[in-house]
Amino acid sequence: MSATDLEIQQLVIAPHNPVATTISDILAVTRRNLLRYLRVPSLLVFSTIQPVMFVLLFRYVFGNAIQGAPGFRYPYVDYLMPGIFVQTVIFGSTQTGVGLAEDLTKGMVDRFRSLPMARSAVLAGRTLSDTVRNTFVVLLMTIVGYLVGFRIHTSVVPAVSGVVLALSFGLAFSWISAWMGLSVRDVESTQAASFVWIFPLVFASTAFVPLANLPGWLQAWAKVNPVSVTVDSLRGLLEGWPSQTYHLGVSLVWVVGILVVFVPLSVSKYRRSV
Amino acid sequence: MFREPKKGALLAEAAIIVKGLKKYFGEVHALDGVDIEVPRGTVFGLLGPNGAGKTTMVRILTTLLPPDGGKAEVAGYDVVRDASTLRSVIGLTGQFAAVDEHLTGRENLELVGVLNHLGRGESRKRAVELLDRFDLLEAADRTAKTYSGGMRRRLDLAASLVARPQVLFLDEPTTGLDPRGRMQLWGIIRELVKEETTLLLTTQYLEEADVLSDRIAVIDGGRVIAEGTANELKSQVGGEVIEVVVGDPSQLGVAMAELSGLAAGAAHVDEITRRITVPAGEHGGSVLAEIVRRLDQAGVAFTDLALRRPTLDDVFMTLTGHAAEEVSENGQAADAGGRGRRRRQR
Repeated sequence: MSATDLEIQQLVIAPHNPVATTISDILAVTRRNLLRYLRVPSLLVFSTIQPVMFVLLFRYVFGNAIQGAPGFRYPYVDYLMPGIFVQTVIFGSTQTGVGLAEDLTKGMVDRFRSLPMARSAVLAGRTLSDTVRNTFVVLLMTIVGYLVGFRIHTSVVPAVSGVVLALSFGLAFSWISAWMGLSVRDVESTQAASFVWIFPLVFASTAFVPLANLPGWLQAWAKVNPVSVTVDSLRGLLEGWPSQTYHLGVSLVWVVGILVVFVPLSVSKYRRSV
Repeated sequence: MFREPKKGALLAEAAIIVKGLKKYFGEVHALDGVDIEVPRGTVFGLLGPNGAGKTTMVRILTTLLPPDGGKAEVAGYDVVRDASTLRSVIGLTGQFAAVDEHLTGRENLELVGVLNHLGRGESRKRAVELLDRFDLLEAADRTAKTYSGGMRRRLDLAASLVARPQVLFLDEPTTGLDPRGRMQLWGIIRELVKEETTLLLTTQYLEEADVLSDRIAVIDGGRVIAEGTANELKSQVGGEVIEVVVGDPSQLGVAMAELSGLAAGAAHVDEITRRITVPAGEHGGSVLAEIVRRLDQAGVAFTDLALRRPTLDDVFMTLTGHAAEEVSENGQAADAGGRGRRRRQR
């Protein structure tokens, strides 16, 4: 290849700032993923009905039993909603792996990988669009919560920080889910596999039931479970309940720790996905 | 765009150079030392049965898969070392229409434009151009989900052309299309070639390679077993071909014995269709007459008898000893190279 050819080539191919193009690639992929919810509204409807049902189930079916437990001082609905928020973002994050597995099986990943786009954009765009969807669902859950008696007892700044914390926690789990989807490479299996690790995390925690009401051996797990820690820091931020600083710190360490481990794992899995 | 100045400077250079290319999937040698060279502005057909290694080859040349040995250059860029630059000068249409079915045709093309860093305005303009050219303008704002198989293929092909690639890869572009869709796609591919895009296409349809390609490599079990123009390959068969369809399957053996004595090469029997195919050599007419006489004498009734120009099917038969379509059923060579494809199909 002659020198002039190289020059012409570079003018055409690389006239852009790499950071700007990476961001533009990520946003293009995010937009593509979100358009799907506009095109298939039933997807959004059904993925929001489930958390609403959990709110009603716990508020009215199990809530009374827990409310009556000795030593329980708060209205159960205020105890419940932070748990629902965290459950919602984690359940939502499982869609990251499912979406990636679908893109893999339908040949979209091949198309993307043959384009001169940023290598990280497919994953970052996917986790970002799932976070946008999680934001929507969390806001919806707040409204549903208010309808069944939930109230935020702090001010705007801690409340917004609480929502941001929940969403960051969901984003971290999206990256775990991304890694799983790229490893399992099949839509149904990814879906099924998600529940294997999601259920012990979400239900064997203090999300719905106070620690004291759990059997002793389960308490040991529930205490260190990142879901418990995050739900408890949300209770601090939204309800002003005690020990928030300690929980908040541990919760943030979990978010950062998961990202530090699973972002590189997922990206390298994506690069090598054939 | 940048094609203009390139034309003069690099006219003589090959668009694709592959030397000793190897790829293993465990025990399976998907590519076992492949050499090909494709001059700029030509169409190169990679012909072979399922699992011959065609898809593996395309995936390596489009940077989706790293090779295990050998060297490959596309448009002067090494597929490993210059992978990221290479991606901006190639287009790929894989075996499955890689379009997002929840996006409209227009959105699909604009997305590819933006991801090719054409900018939003240029992406929009280019999308309309391509939709128009591929007869999709009317369906532009419908989601791809509503498209027919042929329309999806056209949209997929359009997507691979958004950035005006110098080299285009089409992996089995017409597999799964009805005859009408196939003809339409052939028309489009012929148009592309006029614009001096270099094209590498894989196919298991011999007719397709014949109609579209300037040069053809026949690939089987991860190796190139023959290369040349369609006519060169056909001449390897040795003149014309005689086909006999025997009425009574129990007479296939007798007929085979009679024909073998006269054939210029090995005869092939297809027991299901009761068809015997033999190369007739230079003097097809007199061989045909002799065959009729001998079959008559032996009391073999035939329902069809023909003397014809060899097709690439015959070439494949001559080169490999089996028909192109049979390999996948035998399953031997079918393991090679099919892995990537099968994994994606799950």
